[in-house]
Amino acid sequence: MSEKVLMKGNEALAEAAVIAGCRHYFAYPITPQNEIPAYMSRRMPEVGGTFLQAESELAAISMVLGAAAGGVRAMTSSSSPGISLKQEGISYIAGSELPCVLVNIMRGGPGLGAIAGAQGDYFQATRGGGNGDYRTIVLAPGSAQELADFTIEAFDLADEYRMPVMILADGYIGQMSEPVVLPKPSGKSFEKPWALTGAKGRKKNIICSMKLIPDTALEEHNLRLQEKYDLITEKVHRVDTYMTDDADWLVVAYGTSARIARKAVDRLRGEGIKAGLFRPLTLWPFPEKELFEVGSKVQKILTVEMSLGQMVEDVKLTMNGEVEVDFHGRAGGAVPALDDIIERINGYERENHTHVQAS
Amino acid sequence: MSVKTIPMYKRPESLSDVRTHYCAGCGHGIIHKLIAEVLDELELREKTIVIAPVGCSVLIYNYLEVDGLEAAHGRAPAVATGIKRARPEMLVISYQGDGDLLAIGTGETVHAANRGEDISVIFVNNAIYGMTGGQLAPTTLVGQKTLTSPAGRNSADVGFPIRACEMLDTLEAPAYIERTSVHNPGAIRKTKKAIFKALKYQKEGRGYSFVEILSMCPTNWGVQPPEAADWVKSDMVPWYPLKKFRDRPADEDADKEKAS
Ligand SMILES: Cc1ncc(C[n+]2csc(CCOP(=O)(O)OP(=O)(O)O)c2C)c(N)n1
Repeated sequence: MSEKVLMKGNEALAEAAVIAGCRHYFAYPITPQNEIPAYMSRRMPEVGGTFLQAESELAAISMVLGAAAGGVRAMTSSSSPGISLKQEGISYIAGSELPCVLVNIMRGGPGLGAIAGAQGDYFQATRGGGNGDYRTIVLAPGSAQELADFTIEAFDLADEYRMPVMILADGYIGQMSEPVVLPKPSGKSFEKPWALTGAKGRKKNIICSMKLIPDTALEEHNLRLQEKYDLITEKVHRVDTYMTDDADWLVVAYGTSARIARKAVDRLRGEGIKAGLFRPLTLWPFPEKELFEVGSKVQKILTVEMSLGQMVEDVKLTMNGEVEVDFHGRAGGAVPALDDIIERINGYERENHTHVQAS
Repeated sequence: MSVKTIPMYKRPESLSDVRTHYCAGCGHGIIHKLIAEVLDELELREKTIVIAPVGCSVLIYNYLEVDGLEAAHGRAPAVATGIKRARPEMLVISYQGDGDLLAIGTGETVHAANRGEDISVIFVNNAIYGMTGGQLAPTTLVGQKTLTSPAGRNSADVGFPIRACEMLDTLEAPAYIERTSVHNPGAIRKTKKAIFKALKYQKEGRGYSFVEILSMCPTNWGVQPPEAADWVKSDMVPWYPLKKFRDRPADEDADKEKAS
């Protein structure tokens, strides 16, 4: 049944995790994601699962590591300062090649910052805040519906590639109530012969990130991880484009910033200005090919973020000087104003005009 | 009458046939063997997961013929919690040193105990950080010289050594708490009994057990193995009394017997 229900984004995500077959959820409270543990504390017992409020984020992520090693689908969620603490476990999970889903409902930083939504953890999510050469797949939903849909996909990606997959959304996306059609399970299943189920009728299984013997073991392990990351970079891209076919001006944004940018595109189009929106749905891997294809046809790119400039670096790396990349950002819980985006692009139009007249 | 040869002693099936990396006189090897013997006796080898800590025993999974899992420094009880919740039919052992259990992992230690997780924590207290070359541990004795307390532990500056059993004994949930030692054969036999109890209780689903084992680190104490064993008895035992702090399952069994 595809009935629409009104749900907070955080709750839609939590229910989607249950639909995806997650029965082990461990977390420590933090705003603006508190709806997730509250929902899970009620829902997990109903489906025979485990909800455990951990003593800290360090413990919660380690519990996820343990459960994942047992071969079950495990998840944790938090917000920015809590995600900082989880970096230790994320690095161990990546090194141990275990699957799990991590949710970061971002708030403003640095430090304790404040509880309003922000996008200041892009670097941490896409570059990895933990130690070592590892990657985390990062999905960027922009609505309650996508929070739910991407959660189903996140569990499949995690199992397919045996690695942590992060859902990265700002606090506004998590907090907003919107109509949602709850997703169906994907139906995919994954064999886990590596899981720790007891050394009965087989050799013992060992799951660890430490590789000591022979001397080359750790480099070989890293090279194998890199091969996996290369494969993902080739295969896992998700994007959403809006009015980009004939665009002169391209806005690149994700999450709440993209929702505002989309409004701006509509308004500008109403005034006859050809603006378009490119919304990456995977932040790692960053959809370079798709962005370059669209971006190299426009006159200028404006990256809009709820940070003072993080994703813009990936946009610049992608365009590699081909097209000028401008930036507009707000921080600390502030959201970009519709009029500011419109005014920026109007400015490009005016400049363009003067330029054309002068030449 | 036919004569049957009964081996007086053989390598436990649960103990891997490999050379260990431990120093001469180190207690870890003895304790690994005791765990292996108990796993054999309780027929638990095929149902056990051992959590390796960060510390000298980080490679414990190479020495036991059971499934093995690594935890970040101090997080073994949280990792154990996760896998026990995922696979309650498995026997989960969290094996930890004193830096791991009482410094960086104090939070995880206390809370896993307080939840009464159905796991067995084997705590090897050698009064020093072994793996990193002999620094001050939360269990280092007052006056004990280490790499980072060259003048001896000064309690006015860094406090007193923490007694883990006594601390956990303030909590309501744990089922079994005992402190033993491996400084001589008699003590080793008692340690085996304690490990046996802990694993048996877990097998029966009777809750959280904690066995603290006083152990030697001759290399980092800078003494010969025999002296190290003597030092456990002369210096460690007075501060860390060998004692059963709590044995709820045994009490319950005794009550049941009385009632019937
Ligand atoms: C997060 C982190 N901090 C520090 C270390 C370095 N380190 C490795 S083992 C260890 C101390 C281990 O001592 P203990 O737990 O007493 O075990 P032992 O080696 O004595 O058996 C430290 C500090 C590390 N690996 N990870």
